[in-house]
Amino acid sequence: MGIGLLHILFVSIALFFIGVYGFLTRRNMITMLMSIELILNSININFIAFNKFLYSDKLDGLFFTVFIITIAAAEAAVAIAIIINLYRNYKSIDIEDADTMKY
Amino acid sequence: MLSAGLIALIPLLPIFCFVLIALVGKHAFPKFCGMLGTLSILGSFVLSVVVAFQYFFQVGKVNGVYQQLIPIKFEWLQFSPNVSIDMGILLDPISVMMILVVTFISLMVHIYSLGYMKGEERYATYYGFLGLFTFSMLGLVLSSNIFQIYIFWELVGVSSYLLIGFYFDRPSAVAAAKKAFIVTRFADLGFLIGILILAFYSGTLDFQTLITRLTTPTDQLNAITSASFMGMSALMWGLVLVFIGGAGKSAMFPLHIWLPDAMEGPTPVSALIHAATMVVAGVFLVARLFPIYSLSCPSALDVVAYVGIFSSFFAAIIACTQTDIKRVLAYSTMSQIGYMMFALGVSGYGGEHGLGYMASMFHLFTHAMFKALLFLGAGAVIHYVHSNEMKDMGGLRKLMPVTHITFLVACLAIAGIPPFAGFFSKEEILQAAFQSNKLIYVVAVVTAAITAFYMFRLYFSIFWNKSLTPALSKGEGDGHVHHSEGTVSMLMPLVILGALSLIAGFVPFGKLVTSDGKELLTEFHIGFSVAPVLLAAAGIWLAYSFYKKENARPQNMVDSMKRLYKNAYNKFYVDEIYLFITKKVIFNLIGRPAAWFDRNVVDGTMNMIATITEKTSYSIKALQSGKLQQYSIYFFSGVIGFVLLFIYLWK
Repeated sequence: MGIGLLHILFVSIALFFIGVYGFLTRRNMITMLMSIELILNSININFIAFNKFLYSDKLDGLFFTVFIITIAAAEAAVAIAIIINLYRNYKSIDIEDADTMKY
Repeated sequence: MLSAGLIALIPLLPIFCFVLIALVGKHAFPKFCGMLGTLSILGSFVLSVVVAFQYFFQVGKVNGVYQQLIPIKFEWLQFSPNVSIDMGILLDPISVMMILVVTFISLMVHIYSLGYMKGEERYATYYGFLGLFTFSMLGLVLSSNIFQIYIFWELVGVSSYLLIGFYFDRPSAVAAAKKAFIVTRFADLGFLIGILILAFYSGTLDFQTLITRLTTPTDQLNAITSASFMGMSALMWGLVLVFIGGAGKSAMFPLHIWLPDAMEGPTPVSALIHAATMVVAGVFLVARLFPIYSLSCPSALDVVAYVGIFSSFFAAIIACTQTDIKRVLAYSTMSQIGYMMFALGVSGYGGEHGLGYMASMFHLFTHAMFKALLFLGAGAVIHYVHSNEMKDMGGLRKLMPVTHITFLVACLAIAGIPPFAGFFSKEEILQAAFQSNKLIYVVAVVTAAITAFYMFRLYFSIFWNKSLTPALSKGEGDGHVHHSEGTVSMLMPLVILGALSLIAGFVPFGKLVTSDGKELLTEFHIGFSVAPVLLAAAGIWLAYSFYKKENARPQNMVDSMKRLYKNAYNKFYVDEIYLFITKKVIFNLIGRPAAWFDRNVVDGTMNMIATITEKTSYSIKALQSGKLQQYSIYFFSGVIGFVLLFIYLWK
């Protein structure tokens, strides 16, 4: 019995929830950004795994993965720009300090 | 022959003048505005004379009957193919007579005001308002359509409001202006409903068509007389409601309460609006619809007659006790308009029966002259004495000779002493009353005597009674520069009006203005005139013995009739009754419950919705914490919720 689809999905789910957990609990914005990358990568793994095991004659999953990586890079750039601006305003990159948008 | 453009110019000149003054003149050349206004009215007056001449002597008469001419008419608002509001000019004897009277009195008042209002801060505005008023009044009398008359009717109401409240820094003037506007507006509601009833059944708003349809046996006449509401036919309702509108403007009992208060306005305004022109609009309205009243619904005409005679008598009694000279004149105006009203009321249509109609119009004509004169004279006196109260006056005959003589002429005219103008018109009225209703005749004669009494009470109190009051004579003695009787511009109208009050009675009115346009030859019975003239003379004699010299007789008289005097002095508490009805009854029984309902139920519902929303938002506002991670938790739990939903429940 080799490594099957199920194993890979377990890895992917674990990665996803580690990401979610990190996103919800970390106060440092950079760390939160890293958690988002984890979530995105767990999705990438899913795409690759489904592509390999279900439609091994097609490349759609791979394409999606490439797109997601590209977009993740762009998104990281935007997110870091936002973080830098927040830092200029609050002298902190703690998410708890950036809570002026409330009732 | 009659040029439509020239006729249209009669009302248009004053409105142009008003617009010019209001937009430019008030700022650019305020001193010249008076002259400008006067010139524009002079133009209107000259045109009116030309039109009147052409109408009466050249084109108006066809086969011995004066025709109704419509030189201008255009459709303004169309409701349906048959019903439209037109703007037009209707010329017939009464409207031609009215434009003459209105432009003439207005001209006199304009000239008089040049002196009287000189130095007023809002001198230009005053002339602007006068122009607006004259335009509205001319438009009213020339209207060819019952809705057009209503529009101008409201316009005169507005300009009257503006002029009464001219001294808007005086609270009493503001109150009087509001009162006049509200009371007449209230009456106009009746007028409007009346118009709607008449227009609904007759299917037209045009005067000529309306009168034709409602006086000859047509379907419309059948419909309007057979429809009934609360025991009266729709026609009766319509006419009575229209008369209520007229009664409001003409200060008939019980809608007269605004007129005495309206004396807060500048005196020339009182002369123009509240004596000679606007207040006779009600009489004019009844006269305009007279064929319908007379031929189709005589019982509505009875209402007119009894309201008229009662107002006449009622006002005459009050006038005897008032001490403010302008108020005496106001009640006298009300009394004289009552005369015109009941003269219409007792009249029949056509031929010999139309005597009352002719007499009413005749009295309207002569009354405009001498009442304007009385007001302008009173204005001169007030200008001189700086007071409206009789007790501040007395012995002025030497100081104000011109005013004295002209005032005397006017008093004789209103008292009906031959050969002054009032005598002729009053005799015609009394004759008409005598022929149709003895009760009205008797009351009218008594009223005539009372009229003579209170007018001469006024005259003697102003010009004789005391030897000069100390304040006035001192002004002369000190070499203190006491202003003279008045400028030429103030005295000239007095003299002109005085002369006209002497000769206006000789106008052959029966040949010119009659109910059906045919000539009406009035016979003159010397014997008939004896009783009224003697009674009037008795009234004058009584006033002479009471007020020529200061004495105790008036006081004794008052003491002997204390109750009556007190009631009359307080105007029979009509104002108080109104206040009672409005403040106590309407406010408490209708106003307050309605206000309570509005505040608690209508507003309450709205408030409750708002409160609930507010409470809810307060309780859930913590959700909007501004903390990104909290939002993410909501988001993820939502997503998980949906996932569970789709997987297990949706199937």
